[in-house]
Formats: sequence, structure tokens, C-alpha cells
Amino acid sequence: MLENVYLYILVMAGVTYLIRVLPLTLIRQQIKSQFIQSFLHYVPYATLSAMTFPAILTSTSSMIAATGGFIVAMVAAWKERSLVQVAAFACITVFILERFL
Amino acid sequence: MTERTMSRGTVWRKGFQDGIPIGLGYFAVSFAFGIMAKEAGMTAFQIGLMSLTNLTSAGQFAAVGLIVNGASFAEMALTQLIINLRYCLMSCALSQKWDPKVPFFHRLTVAHGVTDEIFGVSVLRDGYLKPFYNYGLMSAACPGWVGGSVTGALCGAILPDSLTSALGIAIYGMFLAIVVPPSKKNKAVGAVVLSAMAMSTVFQMMPVLKNISSGFQIIIITVVVAAAAAMLRPVEVEAIEEEGENQ
Repeated sequence: MLENVYLYILVMAGVTYLIRVLPLTLIRQQIKSQFIQSFLHYVPYATLSAMTFPAILTSTSSMIAATGGFIVAMVAAWKERSLVQVAAFACITVFILERFL
Repeated sequence: MTERTMSRGTVWRKGFQDGIPIGLGYFAVSFAFGIMAKEAGMTAFQIGLMSLTNLTSAGQFAAVGLIVNGASFAEMALTQLIINLRYCLMSCALSQKWDPKVPFFHRLTVAHGVTDEIFGVSVLRDGYLKPFYNYGLMSAACPGWVGGSVTGALCGAILPDSLTSALGIAIYGMFLAIVVPPSKKNKAVGAVVLSAMAMSTVFQMMPVLKNISSGFQIIIITVVVAAAAAMLRPVEVEAIEEEGENQ
């Protein structure tokens, strides 16, 4: 039995909402600091990349199938397919590869 | 009828239509989230509540790991802050498109729906932001996200293992679809993506580093890589606005 789940949800929802609402309510003009602007610009890429690799390799029951899914997803993303298509291609690849492994 | 004279209902319906593909995509990804969170020991109600109140993919996936490990509330707050800091950037961009005549309270409600996809669709429209367009998008996207995670929690167990295993990679495919295309156009972004992946791999393998919890690993990697990139390749103000629209 997990403990304090509702408190965790409250904390994360509060933080996430504040991140979204504060700029919309407080910022009426452009941020001046180029460093902060640049830092914020790079944050999403760094965060999502760090979360994705190497975690993607252990995200399914077989690491070989996951590697195949990773490669297919990279190619589909490189060809600028939509988010849903890239996710679907990765899933289908893993599903097929796991049939043979 | 021009955009400017469209009634709130018409604007809402347009947003709802544009939001349907987003909602379907959310359903698939949050379905995988629901399965994962259920396996970690959360109830379907807790999972639905988390999806409704947070409406964020990466943050929720990370949160389940933290809850299972009994992380401190400070670590949870800091992890969400870092992972979801991108919404801050998006809200900054949306604040620049806000019609001064629109009542203040709409800022409070539009804010909850700032996700990668809703932001991407709404910020690309011409002229001032229309709150009812965003509400339309949210009306299609939120039920997809909440419904998918609850369905995953309730039905995940009756699906064959082969299917749930394959769905585990879905969220990472979505992340790659977000970070890879901008990396093609901008070498600095590409370097950030590769550096973060390399650093994350080092953190997973090195004896001392791998004992750091995954939430803090992400925080450390993000701050180091993004700060280094901001110092080495500062972006122009105009460039931020332009590229922010693609996120």
C-alpha cells in the first residue's frame, strides 16, 4: 500500500499549476535577461532527452525489441511525423519484434 | 463570418474539433501511464485524480517513481518544477498574445491547459489568444488524458502482456517526436539533446552517480546542460518566440 498518495498529488498539482499560471498572470512584458531566456529555451530539450535515454531501452520486456523501437522512433521523428505517429510506430515495432524474440 | 465576430460557442466548437486528435493521442499515451501507475500500486481513482489535476505526461511518469520510492515532498516539488519548467516558457509566450480586453480570470483557467500540444496549436493561431478556443481544445484533450489513464488502470490487467509491454515505449516515442525535429534545424538544440542523453547514460552506469534518485538525476542533468548551452549559445529574443511555437 502506497503512503501519502493524495499529498503527493496535491504537491505536484500545486507546483505544476503555479508554473503554468504565474507567467500568465504576472508577466505583462518580455523577460529581459538573455541568459534566463536562453536557459528556459533549452530546458525542455534537456529534460525530455534525459528522461528518454537510456530509460527507453528498459521500457518494454525485451531490451532488443526496445532498441528496435527506439531506432524506428528516431527515424520517424527525424522525418517529422506527428507525436502520435512516432509513438505508434515505436509500439508496433516492439510488438512485432517481441513476437520473434 | 470573420474570426473577430465569431461567437464564443463557435470559437469553442472550433477548438474542440482541433482538439480531437490531441485527445486521441493523449488517450493512447495516458493508457500506458494508467497501466504503469496501477502496477506501481496506485488505485484507478488516484490515477484519474492525478491526471485531472496535473495534465502532464513527463511529470506524472516521474511522479509514480517518486511515490513508489517514498521520496520527500521537497524532491517531488523540485522534480515537477524542473520537468515542467517548459510550461513556464510556454505561458510566457501565451502571455505575449493575451488580449488586454479579456477578463483576468480567464488567465487562471487557460493556464491549467498549457500542455505541449495545446500550446502548440493555440499559439500558432493569428491574432490575440481566444480563451474559448483553448477551452475547446481542453474539452477534447482533458477527457482523453483522464479517460485514458483510468481505462489503462482498470483494463490494463486484462490486456495480454505483449500489448502492455509494447505500450511502455509510447511515451518515449512522443518525447523523441518533440526533441528530434528541432535538433535538425538547430545544432545547439541537437547538442543539448545528445549531451543530456549521454549524461543520463553515465548517471545510470557510474557506481556513485546511479545511487542518486532518478528525479534528482534529471534535475542535475537539465540544469547543467541547459545552463551550459545558454552560456555557449545564447538565443536571441526573437528566435525564442519563433521556436517556442514549435514546442
